[in-house]
Amino acid sequence: MTSTTTLAAPARKSRAGAAGRLRGGNALLGVAGFATFLALLELVPRVGLVSPEYLPPVSRIGVALADLAGDPAFWTALGDTVRGWALGLAIAVALGVVVGFVIGTVPVLREFSASTIEFLRPIPSVALIPLAVLVFGTDLRSVLLLVVYAAFWQVLVQVLYGVQDVDPVAQDTARTFGLNRWGRMRYVTWPTALPYVLTGVRLAAAVALILAVTAELVIGAPGLGNEIGTAQSGGAVARMYALVIVTGLLGVAVNVLARRLERWLLSWHPSLRREVAA
Amino acid sequence: MTVMTQTQTQSRTGTEVLLDVRGVRKVYEGHGRSVEAVRDLTFAVGKGELVCVVGPSGAGKTTLLKCIAGLLAPTSGEVVLEGAAVHGPPPGMAVVFQEYGRSLFPWMTVRRNVELPLKEKKLPKARREELIHRALDAVGLADVQSAYPWQLSGGMQQRVAIARAIAYEPHILLMDEPFAAVDAQTRADLEDLVRSLWHRLGVTTLFVTHDIDEAVYLGQRVLVLSSSPTVVLDDVTIDLPDERDQLTTRSSSRFAELRGHVFEQVQRAKKQSAPVATA
Amino acid sequence: MSVLRRITRSTVAALAVPAVLLALWWVLTADSESYYLPPLSQILSTFDDVWLSDRLAADVLPSLLRLLGGFLVAVLLGVGLGVLIGSLRRLRAFCEPVLEFLRAIPPPVLVPVLMLFAGIGDTMKVLVIVSGCLWPILLNTVEGVRAVDEVLVETCRCYGVRGRARLWHLVIRSASPQIVTGMRQGLSVGIILMVISEMFAASNGLGFTIIQFQRTFAVTEMWTGILLLGVLGFLLALLMRLFERRVLNWYFGLRQAQRGGSR
Repeated sequence: MTSTTTLAAPARKSRAGAAGRLRGGNALLGVAGFATFLALLELVPRVGLVSPEYLPPVSRIGVALADLAGDPAFWTALGDTVRGWALGLAIAVALGVVVGFVIGTVPVLREFSASTIEFLRPIPSVALIPLAVLVFGTDLRSVLLLVVYAAFWQVLVQVLYGVQDVDPVAQDTARTFGLNRWGRMRYVTWPTALPYVLTGVRLAAAVALILAVTAELVIGAPGLGNEIGTAQSGGAVARMYALVIVTGLLGVAVNVLARRLERWLLSWHPSLRREVAA
Repeated sequence: MTVMTQTQTQSRTGTEVLLDVRGVRKVYEGHGRSVEAVRDLTFAVGKGELVCVVGPSGAGKTTLLKCIAGLLAPTSGEVVLEGAAVHGPPPGMAVVFQEYGRSLFPWMTVRRNVELPLKEKKLPKARREELIHRALDAVGLADVQSAYPWQLSGGMQQRVAIARAIAYEPHILLMDEPFAAVDAQTRADLEDLVRSLWHRLGVTTLFVTHDIDEAVYLGQRVLVLSSSPTVVLDDVTIDLPDERDQLTTRSSSRFAELRGHVFEQVQRAKKQSAPVATA
Repeated sequence: MSVLRRITRSTVAALAVPAVLLALWWVLTADSESYYLPPLSQILSTFDDVWLSDRLAADVLPSLLRLLGGFLVAVLLGVGLGVLIGSLRRLRAFCEPVLEFLRAIPPPVLVPVLMLFAGIGDTMKVLVIVSGCLWPILLNTVEGVRAVDEVLVETCRCYGVRGRARLWHLVIRSASPQIVTGMRQGLSVGIILMVISEMFAASNGLGFTIIQFQRTFAVTEMWTGILLLGVLGFLLALLMRLFERRVLNWYFGLRQAQRGGSR
């Protein structure tokens, strides 16, 4: 197993300080960038570069967005998607953490499970779609099967890295102070692994959203994905785009929340302190 | 032998000026306040000289070196190399950085690290081979050509950086505290390597360090810098015999005198620097 | 002697659990009357009939070609744009919020969107794959280019390394760990998109065939499809890993050297 999932992390740290200093001017540029993006989306169909039947001007999508806000069916769909995502993620995180700690702290288990994990992990969870449809139909359980399968591996693999990263010196120190297995787990292994667990949660949260929407779109389970499919086949193009934007906003919210959570839970952790000080 | 080398030294110090630093001043702007790192530096380095620059830590030594290397534009004043003002890195210059671990390309073998600048110079293959071979030989690394830098010790990595610099055939070699991060024994070896390379190639060398012993041991002249905002406090001629040796040179009374003199200057520089903050 | 023993041990460790799992599957389903869970023996014996005849060329190959095409286009676009955006601070600030938003859109919802533009043919599927693979590659490349070591940048300036040589030997090589990370993430998104774009709307391909089996209640055939997808996912990940080992050999060595030094 290689440690490449976290590859980018060390290089990024050193630049965090410089990025902070430039933030003021950059925010303005970012707003300008977004405005340009919206203006392009308005102009391209209006000028006729793309047929407005395929891409309505962004103002019309805006109107459709406002319509969505007054549509109870939309809110139900949004609730369904969030529920599938949250439940699936919670199950995957719980499973991933428990299984990861058990396997990670017992060397024999680790040795014997590595090949199986390496084999099962890359299996695309969408392969399970037909099975899910057959067994669960368009039920929430179909969504959960896909979400949990995809998100579980993200958490598991990170937890395994984290447990492996425990400093042997710290382990020995804890042992000389007479900590038992449970105490060592609580005071040595868990704090070391926590940043990895949270990285796993962040990655899993994004993947879970993708799979939740996929399940709704392809299987037809209730939710935003399903609404998008219906809007498209019904020719409600502006509504479809509005729904796509909502899924994007949901994605942004998930990313921001996951990063907040990480920051909040790790405010004491040296890896984050260093990042702030740099 | 001794007579020979002494006449050589004299002719060197007396020759034409290769590098001329005239009234260089550098002010860093930012956040609505400015920091004057270098106030006024003026000195000249003759062709073939080995000059050391020493100063307390935070003396703007790196700023000075970057201005000379053309990596930073001075706020005022100018750097003239071989009669031409420096704007951007000049072609006849090679630099050895302090952070050897970060200035070598970790994805290239030792050999390719030395070769890359030569390729960019559009030298023909045969000539490149010759230069690489000679440079790696000179620093004693002929047998690790196909190793990657991270497989080598810190001292060996810095030798690779030196090999890359001399293979480039520079007219002037800048070294920015190159041995600050290696252990004492390796450091002594590398110092002797610099002396012997300078003797053999006759390349003009500007060696920046914070180590007074190192500066006196290596240089023909030692420029003592003040704390920031930096000026030149003193220009000490090192009249030690040209043939230097870690043991005899460092234990000679003249070495102790010179070292003491430079040490005093640096101490004075530190004391003066108490009110550093500038508006 | 001990080397031999170690090799034996690691082989046993690698094969034991999969062997036990397969054996369990085989035994537990041997007399299975369940409609959903046909005996493994039956699935395996059906496998050749289903896939190793015309379908390999008619369905598996088109799927893989679309994936390959989309992935390669995404790599070229992602690395190209990533280097550009990563090198220009102002451009990066200008694009960042838009990119953050576009990346956050779950790529499968682009299937119905792109169907509007490109119908249900190969173009649509390749476009879907490109638009899903692009973001991880692009954003990781930007991060990698931003993190290029300043000392190396100055080294290049001093030694006159510019233009194409600088781009390749400095920028792309030093961003390569992040680029490869992005490629790996992109590939796994790409496989998902390959399958669902075919499930959603297609007349051939792996996803199409599997969903056909499910709709016609050909459960054993459907299971062979699931197995095939699993094996393909595994093989593609393996290929990616080999590529990574080759391209990032220096990086793993460097990291190991740094870790050895710090402990």
